[in-house]
Amino acid sequence: MKKNSSAKELMQKLGTLAALIILCAIFCITMPDKFPKVGNLMNILKQASINCLIASGMLCCLITAGIDLSVGSNCVLCTCTIGVLVQNFGITSPIVLVLVGLAVSTCAGIVNGLLLTRLDLPHPFVSTMGMKNVLWGLALVITGSKSIGFTNTGIDGLMWIGGGSIGTVRDAGGKVTFPGIPFSFILVIIVFCIFHVFLTKSALGRQIYCCGGNAEAARLSGIPSKNVLTFVYALSGFMAGMAGVVSVGRLASANGNAGQTYDNDAIAACIVGGASFNGGKGTIWGTLIGAMIMAVIRNGLNLMGASNDVQYIVIGAVIILAVTIDVVRNKMEAKARKMAAV
Amino acid sequence: MSEYVVELKNVTKRFPGVVALKSMSIGIRPGEIHGLIGENGAGKSTLIKVLTGVHNPEEGEIFVDGEKKVFRNPVQSREAGIACVYQELNIVPQLPVVDNVFMGRAVKKGLLLDYPRMCKEAEDALKTLGHPEIDVKMEAGKLGTGLQQMVEIAKAVSLDAKLIIMDEPSSSLGKEEIAQLMDVCRSLKARGVAILFVSHKLEELFELCDRVTVMRDGEHIVTEDIENMTEDSLINAMVGRTLDNLYPKEFGEKGEVWLEAKNINEAGVLHDVSFKCHAGQVTGFAGLVGAGRSETMRAIFGADKIDSGEIYVKGEKVSIKKPQDAIKHKIAFLTEDRKGQGLVLGQSVRTNLILANMKGFSNGPFLDEARIEESGKEMVKSLKIKTPSLDEVVGQLSGGNQQKVVIGKWVNIDADIFIFDEPTRGIDVGAKIEVYRVMNDLVKAGKCVIMVSSELPEILAMSDHVVVMRGGRVMANVERDSKHFNSDDIMKAAWGGELD
Repeated sequence: MKKNSSAKELMQKLGTLAALIILCAIFCITMPDKFPKVGNLMNILKQASINCLIASGMLCCLITAGIDLSVGSNCVLCTCTIGVLVQNFGITSPIVLVLVGLAVSTCAGIVNGLLLTRLDLPHPFVSTMGMKNVLWGLALVITGSKSIGFTNTGIDGLMWIGGGSIGTVRDAGGKVTFPGIPFSFILVIIVFCIFHVFLTKSALGRQIYCCGGNAEAARLSGIPSKNVLTFVYALSGFMAGMAGVVSVGRLASANGNAGQTYDNDAIAACIVGGASFNGGKGTIWGTLIGAMIMAVIRNGLNLMGASNDVQYIVIGAVIILAVTIDVVRNKMEAKARKMAAV
Repeated sequence: MSEYVVELKNVTKRFPGVVALKSMSIGIRPGEIHGLIGENGAGKSTLIKVLTGVHNPEEGEIFVDGEKKVFRNPVQSREAGIACVYQELNIVPQLPVVDNVFMGRAVKKGLLLDYPRMCKEAEDALKTLGHPEIDVKMEAGKLGTGLQQMVEIAKAVSLDAKLIIMDEPSSSLGKEEIAQLMDVCRSLKARGVAILFVSHKLEELFELCDRVTVMRDGEHIVTEDIENMTEDSLINAMVGRTLDNLYPKEFGEKGEVWLEAKNINEAGVLHDVSFKCHAGQVTGFAGLVGAGRSETMRAIFGADKIDSGEIYVKGEKVSIKKPQDAIKHKIAFLTEDRKGQGLVLGQSVRTNLILANMKGFSNGPFLDEARIEESGKEMVKSLKIKTPSLDEVVGQLSGGNQQKVVIGKWVNIDADIFIFDEPTRGIDVGAKIEVYRVMNDLVKAGKCVIMVSSELPEILAMSDHVVVMRGGRVMANVERDSKHFNSDDIMKAAWGGELD
C-alpha cells in the first residue's frame, strides 16, 4: 500500500513534469532554431530563479492554508535597500549588503507573521496585502521613487549572484561555446534541496503541514501553531529577500516599482505544482516544475514575438487549467474513496 | 392505494469494488416512525441517498404512494415529498431562519422574493413543531444546536413532506433537546407524516419507533414491530454475532489523586468547579449538553483560558496556560470533535500518531523515521487500528479507527491522565467496545482516566466515580458503591435536584 500511495504521488508529479516536457516539445517543434539552443535554455533557468526562490517561501505559506501577498514588494524592498546602501552610503562589501537585505526582508516577514498570529487578523490575505502596500511604499520612499543602477558601482561580486554563470566554455578564439549554468539557478537547486529535507524530514516541516491541515488539532496536540506560522512568514520574507539579492545582478538596477507580478507568479508556480489554497498539500519539487512551466511559457512566447499582453492571457489560462485539472483529479479520487468506503 | 407511503423494492447499488445495497427492500407506512439501524458501513447512508435522489440505484424500484418513481436528482425526490434532516446540519449560520427554511426553493412574487409569505410559512412550520418562540428573522447561527435542528425539520415540514428522513438526529443533542425532538416526531406522526429515524441509540428507537429495520452489509436483515424486539435481539441482528457484553468493564487498582481541580472559574461558563480523579480509575462526567463538562476539560488542558482556580497534578500545583503545558504534565485530551480538533485528516496515520510528540520522535531537528515506523506499527497492532498502511490518509479510515488513531497519538506521549470527551459518539457498537477495552487497559496500567459522556448507560457501566455537572457547576460526586449510583439519581442531579 505504501508503494501504491507513493506511486500516486509520483503520478501527480509526473503529470506536471509531463506537462513541462510537452510544452518544451511544442516549442522545440515550432521554433527549432530558437528554443532548444543551450543559450536559451540557460536563459530560462536564469529567468526562473527569482520566481523559484519566492515560490519556495510562498509554498510554505500555502501549506499552512495561508498566503503571502507581500513577497513581491518585499523582494523589491530588499533590492532597493541594497541600492540605497550602495548609492548613498557607498557600501560595497557584498557580505554586508546581502546580510542587511536579507535582514530587512526577514523582519518584514516576521511582521507579517506577528500581525497574523498576535493580532488575530482573520486571514493572512489581510495582513500581507496591507504589508504589500507598506513595503512597496517604503521601497519608493528610500529610493525617492528613482531607479538606482548597479553597473560600475563596484559591487560586481554581488551582481555575479544574479547574473553570473559557472562553467562557461570558450573556444580558442574567445567565442563562448557554452554560456555556463547560471549561478542563480544553482542557488535555487541548493535552496530547494534544503527545503526538501526541511519539509519532509524535520519535525518543524511536518508541523507546518499539520498546522495547515488542521490548526486546531495541531494546537490541541501541543504544537505551538502561532510560532510555527510566524516562522513560516519569516521564512517567506527571507526567501523574498534572497530573490531580491539575486535580482540585483539579474536586473542590474533597483526600482521601487518593479516586481508587480512577483506575487502572482509565485502563487501560480506553487498551485501549478500541486499546492492547494486549502493547505496541507504541496511539494518543493512540484513548485520547481510549476515555476519552470511558467518560465518556459514566458520564454517561448517571447521568442515567438508575442507581446506582454498576450503572455498575461496565456499564463492566466494556464493557471486556471492547471488548478482545474487538480480539482477534477481530487474529485475523482474522493469519489473512488467514497465508493470504496460505503 | 399501497400500504406504504414510500417503498424500496430489491434495490441494488454498486460502487466499484463493493455492493453497498444488495437487493434491499424497505416499506414505510404513512404516519409511522420507522427505525433504521445498522453498524457503520451497513449501507444506511447509501439507502438514504437513494431515497433522496443523490444516488441512482442500478436495480430495483422506488414507489411513492404506490406509484413508481425514478429519482435522478435530489429535487425530484423533494418534489415527491421526501425530505431529509442530515446528521450534519445544513444551516447557513449567517442567514436568518426564514432563508434557511426556504433554502433552494425561494417563494417568488414576480422577480422578487415574497418575503412576507416566506416568513409566514416559516412561522407556521415552526409553530407546528411547537417552537413558535423562534424568531424567523434571527440569524440561524445564534440558535442552539437543538433549535437549529428544528429549523431543519421546519424545512421539511414546510415542504409538506410525506416522509422525513432523520439521519442520527440526536447525535449532537443533549437529553433535554432529544426529548423535544421526540415530541416533535410524535406530533409529526399524528399529522400523518412518516419518519425514517436512523439512530445508533437503541433506547431512542425503543422509546420512539413503531417498527424497526435492521441492515447489515447492505442487506435487509429484519423488519419488525419494535415491541417484538429486545435490545439483545437488535444487536444480534445488527452485528450478526452475539456480543457478550456491551460494556466490558474491568477494574484497576485505585491509586493516589492524580488530577485535582480547585475552584475553577471561567466567566459565564464555569463556576467554582472542583473535583478529584484517582489513578487506576475511570472518572465519569455526566450532565446535559451545555453543563460545562467539555469546557471544564478544555480549561484543565489549557485550551481555553480560565479566570481563576488551581490545578494539581499528582499532588503538585501546576500552571497550565496552553496545551503544551498540559502535555508536559502528561495530560492527554481526546476531544469531542475528533475530525475538527483531534486529527489532521489529510495527513497519514503515521503523522497523526506522532502529532503530539514530534520532539520525542526526532533526533535534533530531524524526524526519526525508523522509530516512527516501528512505534507506528506497534500502535496499529496493539490498538487494532484497521488501516491498509501507516501511509493511509486518516480521513479515509472509519470513525472507530480514527478514534483509535487519536488514542494512539496520546499513548505516544506516554500520558498519565487521559481525558476522553464523548469517546464513543458516532462510532458503531463493535468499535465502542474496543474503546472501552482501551480504557480498561489504561486503568489497569494504573493510569487516570476521565470520561465525559452524554450517554448515561455508558457512564454507569464504565465509571468508578461520577461527577455530575449542571450549568457550569459540579452538582454531585457519586462513587460506584454509593446508593446514588443509578440513572435516576444521576439524572436528578443533572437536572439540578439535590441528592441526600
